[in-house]
Amino acid sequence: MTRVGPPLIELGDIRKSYNVGLANETEVLHGVSFAVERGEFVALIGPSGSGKSTLLNIVGLLERLTAGSYRIQGEETSGLDDAGLTMRRRAVLGFVFQFHHLLPAFSALENVTLPALMREGRVAASQRERARAMLAAVGLGNDLHKRPGELSGGMQQRVAIARALVQQPPLVLADEPTGNLDRASSDEVFVLMRRMHAELHTSFLIVTHDPRLAARCDRVIELVDGRIESDRQTDRHGDLPIANVHDDH
Amino acid sequence: MGTARIGWLGFEARVAVRFLREGRMQTVLIIVGVAAGVAVVAYISALISGLQRNTLEKTLGAQAHLSVSARDDVVIPAREPLPGTAALMQTQPRVQRPRSIGNWQSLVPVLEATPPVAAVSPMVSGAGLAQRGEATKSIALMGVDLDRYDRIVHLRSKVVQGEARLGPGEGIIGRELADDLGVRVGDRISVVTGSISDSLRVTALVDLGVRELNRRTVIVPLRAAQSLVGLPGGATGIDLALTDVWAAKTLAAELAQRLPYKVESWQEANSQLVSALNAQSVSTALIRSVVMVVVVLGIASVLVVSVVQKQREIGILRAIGATRGQMLRVFLLQGAIVGALGSLLGVLLAAGLIKAFTTFVRGSDGLPLFAISLAPGLALAIAGIATLCGVLAAVAPARRAAALDPAQAIRL
Repeated sequence: MTRVGPPLIELGDIRKSYNVGLANETEVLHGVSFAVERGEFVALIGPSGSGKSTLLNIVGLLERLTAGSYRIQGEETSGLDDAGLTMRRRAVLGFVFQFHHLLPAFSALENVTLPALMREGRVAASQRERARAMLAAVGLGNDLHKRPGELSGGMQQRVAIARALVQQPPLVLADEPTGNLDRASSDEVFVLMRRMHAELHTSFLIVTHDPRLAARCDRVIELVDGRIESDRQTDRHGDLPIANVHDDH
Repeated sequence: MGTARIGWLGFEARVAVRFLREGRMQTVLIIVGVAAGVAVVAYISALISGLQRNTLEKTLGAQAHLSVSARDDVVIPAREPLPGTAALMQTQPRVQRPRSIGNWQSLVPVLEATPPVAAVSPMVSGAGLAQRGEATKSIALMGVDLDRYDRIVHLRSKVVQGEARLGPGEGIIGRELADDLGVRVGDRISVVTGSISDSLRVTALVDLGVRELNRRTVIVPLRAAQSLVGLPGGATGIDLALTDVWAAKTLAAELAQRLPYKVESWQEANSQLVSALNAQSVSTALIRSVVMVVVVLGIASVLVVSVVQKQREIGILRAIGATRGQMLRVFLLQGAIVGALGSLLGVLLAAGLIKAFTTFVRGSDGLPLFAISLAPGLALAIAGIATLCGVLAAVAPARRAAALDPAQAIRL
């Protein structure tokens, strides 16, 4: 892949320790390096306790690294203060979480317009339109005014995807986005992410422990015990039903 | 940042209101709590200020704010004791005879020109007896110029029968004294002081607001009193009314230094009343601050719980781009909203309590005891302070919300 300019994100020898300076200091990431380019669809897999969530939080600027370098679009982030990190999150990142993805007191549409509201202090008509369109695109055009409690898990996750994408960030981070869903909903949500990726050219970094899903990503990074065990491109079959993946080979 | 101005606090307000609505019972309870606190503060403030105003009016309605009189007669030693010797003296206190203020005629315009003096009234006072038929009552005799005296105690407004008039040979007496002597307006009574006696026709009966005064007061023209008391051309005192009653004390001290007379403010004449009023004000302030502290603690505790309950939401909001400042303001705003709604409700409640007080609490004569009302300014001030208290109460929880580590908050 040829590219112009620096990668979208670039992690260099990231280390993360908890309880730094205390007797029970533990290092959970022991020098992790990788880069994600614009438009990539990457799975981050590994057994539980391997440090995937910590790594995702670091990529998401929700946690600070202990040592190493993390550049977003070429800009080093490790020296930024909280306000700086927040502004980079706004500019670059969208989030999809496994649980508690939405604010229960706000309707689906309001959840999707929250990013605009917190940026501008109000929701412009154009923003509201964009949110409606995004919800229609994830198949929830008729559920705009429902509260999360009135939606199924899969629908909630689709709202969360719409919210993550509505500001058109270059990178969406998803932490076990299907981990809480049954297989049908899980496939639905995954297919939706692939479709959004195809339509909007948004990069995705998805933490999952589901090998079926990982196999349908373009690239799989495997983390074991805080180190990258493997980092490989898969064959692109992401938008095909699972059963066909191997047949097609 | 240009667009940020347009929707200032738009995000914070929306989230704060939703969080409060989501909290339902919790929110309702704390708003009711704030309302109760505000109602107590507003009601007590209105009650005490009404009570104090009433007491002051009653007290000052019948007396001058400041009175100037001749200095007391004192015994002056015939000769200074020799240096180095001690004189063991026993002196009989002097009899205080009625004495005139020297040169009072020229003093009146001087006093009139002194701010904040509003009115000046020279007077002659003395003791005597009022007689009618076989009834004899001891009285306090006062000789005044009616127009001047009216400006000190608003005598005309206190007339209950007849028409206030003080021509030669005329007098105004207290209501109870009239009952005791069995006189009506137009009847004559005789007034005796020492060996002098005079007869006067009652033109009006007055109610000075204090029974004891009503039972003793006889007001006559200045000249009549001068001859009855035996001070032709004299005045035993000068009464002053001030535009600001609370300036009386300082003005008294100032005048006492400047003039060779005894100057007494109404505060000195009613020192017990003044200290009672002060004690009342202090305890009101104490009650108010305790209630406000309780209100602040109540709001704070509810918000602390709310921050804990909303950790995940706070984490999500932070992850999708809310700043620390925004989270801080979301919770400060919740405090302000609770404070404002609570005080609105509380002020209404206080208005209801005051209405109930004026409707149901009556004196023995069936009239309201005294006027109590919630001044709009006071209500506004209390509501403002309560809202501010709400914000203050929210400071600690809001800081906690702002300081939450988003990664940790989401994981919980």
